[in-house]
Amino acid sequence: MNQSPYLNSFRGGPDEDGRFGIYGGRFVAETLMPLILELQEKWDEAKTDPEFQKELGHLGTHYIGRPSPLYFAERLTEHLGGAKIYFKREELNHTGSHKINNCIGQILLAKRMGKTRIIAETGAGQHGVASATVAARFGLPCVVYMGATDVERQAPNVFRMKLLGAEVKPVTAGSGTLKDAMNEALRDWVTNVDDTYYLIGTAAGPHPYPEMVRDFQAVIGREAREQILQAEGRLPDLVIAAVGGGSNAIGIFHPFLDDKGVKMVGVEAGGKGLDGDEHCASITAGSPGVLHGNRTYLLQDGDGQIKEGHSISAGLDYPGIGPEHSWLNDVGRAEYVPIMDHEALEAFQLLTRIEGIIPALEPSHALAEVIKRAPGMGKDEIILMNLSGRGDKDIFTVGKILGMEL
Amino acid sequence: MTARMDRRFSALAAEGRPALVTYFMGGDPDYASSLAIMKALPTAGADVIELGMPFSDPMADGPAIQVAGQRSLKGGQTLAKTIQMARDFRLEDADTPIVLMGYYNPIYIYGVDRFLEDALEAGIDGLIVVDLPPEMDDELCIPALRRGINFIRLATPTTDAKRLPTVLENTSGFVYYVSMNGITGSALPDPSVIGGAVRHIKDHTTLPVCVGFGVKTAEQARAIGASADGVVVGSAIVNQIASSLTADGAATEATVAGVEALVRSLASGVRGARVAAAE
Ligand SMILES: Cc1ncc(COP(=O)(O)O)c(C=O)c1O
Repeated sequence: MNQSPYLNSFRGGPDEDGRFGIYGGRFVAETLMPLILELQEKWDEAKTDPEFQKELGHLGTHYIGRPSPLYFAERLTEHLGGAKIYFKREELNHTGSHKINNCIGQILLAKRMGKTRIIAETGAGQHGVASATVAARFGLPCVVYMGATDVERQAPNVFRMKLLGAEVKPVTAGSGTLKDAMNEALRDWVTNVDDTYYLIGTAAGPHPYPEMVRDFQAVIGREAREQILQAEGRLPDLVIAAVGGGSNAIGIFHPFLDDKGVKMVGVEAGGKGLDGDEHCASITAGSPGVLHGNRTYLLQDGDGQIKEGHSISAGLDYPGIGPEHSWLNDVGRAEYVPIMDHEALEAFQLLTRIEGIIPALEPSHALAEVIKRAPGMGKDEIILMNLSGRGDKDIFTVGKILGMEL
Repeated sequence: MTARMDRRFSALAAEGRPALVTYFMGGDPDYASSLAIMKALPTAGADVIELGMPFSDPMADGPAIQVAGQRSLKGGQTLAKTIQMARDFRLEDADTPIVLMGYYNPIYIYGVDRFLEDALEAGIDGLIVVDLPPEMDDELCIPALRRGINFIRLATPTTDAKRLPTVLENTSGFVYYVSMNGITGSALPDPSVIGGAVRHIKDHTTLPVCVGFGVKTAEQARAIGASADGVVVGSAIVNQIASSLTADGAATEATVAGVEALVRSLASGVRGARVAAAE
């Protein structure tokens, strides 16, 4: 493992320009630059303001339902016959995923900045639902951009957003997935800079978003670290999470980054395989480039045009990844591996039957990696997996693939 | 710096009229038609050419330029071909300044040093890279200035008095004032408001200030040109091209002719700008 440039810590980034090594930065149009600087200023203030932290903590406990449980998956552990498997149950949060942790934090910030309109992008719809939820809770209008393909495959979440009072705008550009939704949200933001707050749903985008989203999601890892110490009296050997833009993964990784004995694995969407273009394995099969405000690993062609990618899971269907993950990969602190659509689907079914938990297709990717690794590890070893969301939204997609009429 | 830009703007200042800056997407709908459009621009009255570099994810562009970029990429355009287009144009026109406009990633992937070397050799005079604000100057702006290629920065309505010096610091060639907070092709705001913003920028720089985003007609060009040193027209030209294509996106006889007619009309607008202003 290489040395971290941050004084023996892997937790010191980003620097003041928003860089993690060569990754991150602020690659945005001039119109947005003053806003991003203001956001950073307000975020720096809020971070250390006890009142802000108090409100965040209060809503975390009483609105989200934190702390989320740490669950020992006894039957799955037995079934796999190796390492002890623990789930951090983010799927039990209000709205059904980890996305709400970030949304509550950012809407408090939006309020602090006097913004009166919320926009968001969404893939699986989990972030859209979480955004619509906090917008309803704080009485602000909310517009959610969602790729037309995703509108179709995540229909239950589209309905949920509408019930919550949000306007869902389908985006037909490109292949109609998360990347296109993000482009459209950025266009809205440029047009409505005065009153609008852009609530980015993952640990990517221009600085300070990657850092800010990580800090709001790091509650996952902080709780898990305490909970596992209480349950086992020691830290896990391996932490595994699915990586779309990377918010649930960085949220659980970050508090463990300086614990030398804890290995980290981020699971990318391998789609239909890495040979063609039908995957979203940005780190495994991509290269560094600049998109959506940051430098990071991207799926792109030789001319720097961004590819569309594919994943069975709408939440992982993004040709980039948060910049901190790119850096953690390059310095060797975390490892990134692909899981194919069919492997995720098998994991989804296994967990449902063996533990009575229907996982979202996103964490099903992480689970598939757990299934690969656990049997080869000792019974005294511990795997901690982030179960980032519940699978209710995915039953139609899964039903269709399994040939069931719903 | 390449001298073409400064020479062109001083000549126009002496003539007492603003510049007509025309944007089109390189390679839209195919290389040959696009080159023919480029060659037709100066005779139709364009003073500066903005040559668009297509990008898959044009975050600051409206539907017209988004679709133009897709047509161009579908037609096989690459950054290398866009540079080649400038090179081909230069064989016949040694004077009209060429500014490449687009997004950073294709340049980053091409390689900054190699890009600047090839651009300079092809006769390119300036760069507008939408997603490189002053905070990112080390990436391309500083290397470009060192090589003698102008780096033209966008100033916007959100660029307040405090920030303006930062935006102007490493800008050369001209300052591009974006008329509104929004994407290309939106509606043009009140010209008198724009005039005030232009004068404010001119208090802080001796560079020419050109105004773009939303200018579609000769009338608007005349109104904006009353206070600005140049008027940029993009989406209107791109829309003109789009309307001339066959159902499956191929160029027709009307493609080049339509652009010529539009640019001629816009040119009459900028030529009347100061006359109208003086009246
Ligand atoms: C349940 C769940 N997990 C993971 C993700 C992927 O996002 P991220 O990598 O930011 O955690 C999503 C995105 O929609 C999601 O809904």
